[in-house]
Amino acid sequence: MEALGYSAADFYYLLPELIITGGALLVLLVNVLVPRRGDLLFGLSLATLILSGLVLASFAGVDTYISRGLLAIDGFALFFKAIFLVSAALTLMMSAPYLRVEGVPAAEYYFLILCATLGMMFMASGVDLITLFIGLETMAIAFYVLAGYLKPSHKSNEAAVKYFLLGAFSLGILLYGMSLLYGATGTTRLDGIAAALVGQDRSLLLAAALILLAAGMGFKIAAVPFHMWAPDVYEGAPTPVTAFLSVGSKAASFAMLLRIFVEGLGVLTPDWQVVFAFLAVVTMTVGNIAAITQSNMKRMLAYSSIAHAGYVLIGVVAATERGVVAALVYLWVYLFMQLGAFAVITMLRRRDVVGDELKDLSGLFARAPVAAIAMLLFMLSLGGIPPTAGFMGKVWVFGAAIDQGFIWLAVVGVVNSAISLYYYLRVVVFMFFKDEEAAGSEIVIGPAMAATLTVAVVGTILFGIYPQMLFEQAQAVAGSLGSAVTAAALQ
Amino acid sequence: MSNAAEFPLLSLILFTPLVGVLVLLFIDRANAHLIRLVSNVTVGIGFLVSLPLWFMYDTQDAGWQFVERHDWIPSIGADYFLGVDGFSVLLILLTTLMGVIAVLSSWTAITMRVKEYYVFLLALQTGMLGAFMSLDFLLFFLFWEVMLVPMYFLIGIWGSDNRLYSAIKFFLFTLVGSVVMLLGILAVYFYHHSVTGIYTFDVTQFHKLGIPYDLQWWIFLAFFLGFAVKVPMFPFHTWLPDAHTDAPTAGSVILAAVLLKMGTYGFIRFSLPILPEATVAFVPVVAALSIVGIVYGALVAMAQKDWKRLVAYSSVSHMGMVMLGMFALTPVGITGSIVQQLNHGISTGALFLIVGIVYERRHTRAIAEYGGLSKVMPVYATIFLVMTMSSIGLPTLNGFIGEVLILQGIFVVSKMWAFVAASGIVLGAAYMLWLYQRTMFGNVDNPKNESLPDLSMREIWTFVPLLILAVWIGLYPKPFLDRLETSVDNVMVRVNSDYTPRLAAVEDQGSPTLALDAAAQADGGPVRGGAR
Repeated sequence: MEALGYSAADFYYLLPELIITGGALLVLLVNVLVPRRGDLLFGLSLATLILSGLVLASFAGVDTYISRGLLAIDGFALFFKAIFLVSAALTLMMSAPYLRVEGVPAAEYYFLILCATLGMMFMASGVDLITLFIGLETMAIAFYVLAGYLKPSHKSNEAAVKYFLLGAFSLGILLYGMSLLYGATGTTRLDGIAAALVGQDRSLLLAAALILLAAGMGFKIAAVPFHMWAPDVYEGAPTPVTAFLSVGSKAASFAMLLRIFVEGLGVLTPDWQVVFAFLAVVTMTVGNIAAITQSNMKRMLAYSSIAHAGYVLIGVVAATERGVVAALVYLWVYLFMQLGAFAVITMLRRRDVVGDELKDLSGLFARAPVAAIAMLLFMLSLGGIPPTAGFMGKVWVFGAAIDQGFIWLAVVGVVNSAISLYYYLRVVVFMFFKDEEAAGSEIVIGPAMAATLTVAVVGTILFGIYPQMLFEQAQAVAGSLGSAVTAAALQ
Repeated sequence: MSNAAEFPLLSLILFTPLVGVLVLLFIDRANAHLIRLVSNVTVGIGFLVSLPLWFMYDTQDAGWQFVERHDWIPSIGADYFLGVDGFSVLLILLTTLMGVIAVLSSWTAITMRVKEYYVFLLALQTGMLGAFMSLDFLLFFLFWEVMLVPMYFLIGIWGSDNRLYSAIKFFLFTLVGSVVMLLGILAVYFYHHSVTGIYTFDVTQFHKLGIPYDLQWWIFLAFFLGFAVKVPMFPFHTWLPDAHTDAPTAGSVILAAVLLKMGTYGFIRFSLPILPEATVAFVPVVAALSIVGIVYGALVAMAQKDWKRLVAYSSVSHMGMVMLGMFALTPVGITGSIVQQLNHGISTGALFLIVGIVYERRHTRAIAEYGGLSKVMPVYATIFLVMTMSSIGLPTLNGFIGEVLILQGIFVVSKMWAFVAASGIVLGAAYMLWLYQRTMFGNVDNPKNESLPDLSMREIWTFVPLLILAVWIGLYPKPFLDRLETSVDNVMVRVNSDYTPRLAAVEDQGSPTLALDAAAQADGGPVRGGAR
């Protein structure tokens, strides 16, 4: 096993990724051998994720480079991989009933979800520009197909084309930035880049690389002004895919962003802080204000997820260990509230109703009280009202900004979170205050959906009331990202 | 800090309403009678378990009492840290008592979605109690924000005509104020860390901080936004008339009696002792806004055609008085401010109940619709009369004590303020008596009023505790004042370095002098070391 300089340890630490690859292929194979068994494929995919997660859990505390230094197996990667696996699992659970209603084939869908997850995992582990880029491509291509998975739907087709064109465009920009960075430093490895930048003068080349990288990543996290694709894609894509896109893909892009900017370009922190501070402000503000006018739930959540990228960016701007912790905490709590909200919308999709308009939520409390209360929690959490997880996330983010003297940024942030409550509460108004009930057949909460909602609700409440373990984890992990920076600076 | 009994009394008080919520969740929504019964029993028990606070509170102990402390989020230094002083004891008792009254008053008024109604009312109770007990700033903020949600629902679902607008207005106004306050809290938190190297949200530690003036100024502004919206102070008061008017009766009662006290509580517990220099610097601003609030609130109240709106604007005026007394920064002024907070809770709470009773019978709040009610509802008219007198500060009733203390407190600071405040009292008498005259006296012109039933036994019982309190505080306020002494002293030593706490003198001489004595402050005396 020493071929190409790879050792057994490399394969051992790649086991979670290998399991997912194997599981994805198995899904396709089983579909050929035993056709039309959606439930079997679902079980298989879920088992793959769980198995991968179990192996991953055994890597806790490991801090090493594998594959000749292309991948890092550290706390930071582990933390993000946990986010991906949990969000993928929840996405699968809400997809199973959704696919039945839509009447679309399941095998390729599950395969693509697993592929996207695989790409994300490399984005979290990659410490080399090429590895990161390949991870991003893997994830992105899977999502292009997933966005257009509902072939008869015009909206879904539009979403796929739009996402593909803008996605390819943004990847081009990102790649251009990477090549300029390579030109400036002579290496694609992040620690090498960090070392090469120490003492280097700020050149035009570096500035261009920085801007292009920020723009490319900005597309992926849907930061304003690179957010134009998000509302259309979110609206058109199948709802569970939208959920996964807004949580998994966003978290993975933030993992990559943190790796590149904190670990690779840590020396240039004051330079990119300005860029991201600007992005954070416009992203929060435009996202929240645009969300107010939406009448379609998926579009509204798309804009809201743009705004949330802005909050996470505040943590990035703070650029300290506290800032990274804030970003990590925020992405973790965001997973539960955002996926939960999408789960409720997915549930409203029935044979006779699309169920993604705001008015489809009318009188939801009378029809499905449990779902309405769950949705209430998610909305409050997204708005940052205690005792929900969203509040704890915001405390960290704004705290990091204040700690670093970005008080104006924190002020913009809190004002935005107050604005956001306006549209989150509008959802509540429709669910609880409107007497007339929306059209459509009875809402059924199947076992898979019930499990999804339970996990999301428990996560939202638990991390709101007792966030200690999450904070502990994030604090332990953020150090592993910072250490590379210090190491590089010392060289 | 102490908890002699080693019994988690505060937690018991705090979670009793939540237990009620849990029980309610398991009751079938159709069984409205049982739901009402369980809710009433819950708040009844809630009040009973809070009574030991009154009897077991040690007026000679200047520290925090009934303290409970457990780790909550150690990684950021937040604790589950509860504790009370005399001030919070009185507000907690006011909250539990008002809980009983609010729940009892809803028996027939709420017929729609009964279960949710009581769930929200009880959850609100826990939120308010938690805010009054928390000595951890993050925990306080958590309870502070939690309250918004049930109140939003109470106004939004069971309110009158314009309820959706009023509910969202209430929510957003308070939210904007409180998120800015959160930034202030975080600023104190990080400053404490930069000085001591310890991350903590412990308010008792913050009380010992000497934050540089520049930073204090900004933090005061942040806190001010949060608390001033809640009080509400002019010009942040605009949510209040809408919220009060459209809320269901019990909602208005809780809002007036307890929720507004959150703001004044916040000033006394956090702004004054944590930011003493900035407090002194802000006195002219706060005093000016309070004075405008007193006069403006009274004048606007006088012009109202809507009974409930009139009472709402009277709140603006009265709370202006409370703020003015507090920012006199004299012991008498602060004591008066606190007493007046209780009085406002008692009398305005009662006045909202009074409007609620005719509203339930006639479904209109227009003053012009009523007249001569004293002939059809004599018991009702009598209670209304007592509460009107309490509200305008007639001697022998509670309002008088509070107003005299406040006036006494501000007189030594500025005669001008005292003059304006006194004119506010006169205006208050004018609009209240005019309201009484228009609704109670004269002939029964409106045929719809001819057969209005007088108060039922249940309705009378909602007023009895308030009547007792009004007379008790009016005739013998000493037990209340005794409980406030150390609380006020602890604030005073922070805002005035020349101030000598009265209790310290008691310990030295061994002769208790519990009477309020404005001269003690004027004497000066030795600076208490370590206060700054």
